[in-house]
Amino acid sequence: MKIIVQEHDFDVGQELAAVAAGDLGVGGLASFVGRVRAGDAGHDVASMTLEHYPAMTQKVLEALVAEAAQRWQVRDATVIHRVGRLAAGEQIVLVAVASAHRGDAFAACEFIMDILKTRAPFWKKEQTPAGESWVEARGSDDVAVERWQPIE
Amino acid sequence: MKVKLLYFASLRERFGTAEEILELPGEQSRVAMLVDVLRQRGAPWSELLSVDYPYRVAVNQELAGLISPLKDGDEVAIFPPVTGG
Repeated sequence: MKIIVQEHDFDVGQELAAVAAGDLGVGGLASFVGRVRAGDAGHDVASMTLEHYPAMTQKVLEALVAEAAQRWQVRDATVIHRVGRLAAGEQIVLVAVASAHRGDAFAACEFIMDILKTRAPFWKKEQTPAGESWVEARGSDDVAVERWQPIE
Repeated sequence: MKVKLLYFASLRERFGTAEEILELPGEQSRVAMLVDVLRQRGAPWSELLSVDYPYRVAVNQELAGLISPLKDGDEVAIFPPVTGG
């Protein structure tokens, strides 16, 4: 498992090749890449600054990947989250999960992203032509989390 | 007892500080007690740590609730709902 918070960019091809490299039991690798969106009509986002709580971020991300591995068969996983100032179009986050079969890989990847968005202590501040403002948490992220019922 | 307080994101900016050491009465306490002490400072503490404003508390890097216990030396972080990913 590889769980990293860093300022610099990551190479998706290189990272995906490294997940479960050499593990011939892997039949599927699912991944998600999040990027800085340039905003919506009337709300141009030039860049974002990401802040985090380092001691807690690492713990939460590790717990998240461990929880995914309890629910599904996960042979390896990588989570990379960037912090600092990122321009529109830049990559923010990578989640990649390798499993024997695609169902587990898809589900675990989506689960990690959904829970990361509501539990991992990262905060985004947007820079727009009107100035800077902190991004507010979205109720739809809580709804996404509710899809994943606790394990019995 | 003393706890180390950390503030993040919009709360860090509004409170004008990233961290402080806070003395609380007794040898044990609870998050609710700490929040009360902070609210008694008046605005912006009383405004931002109210039921009208969603904030989160973590004790020793684990999400906590108002009834969570506190002991000397704990690290308590107060922050707005997270927006990563």
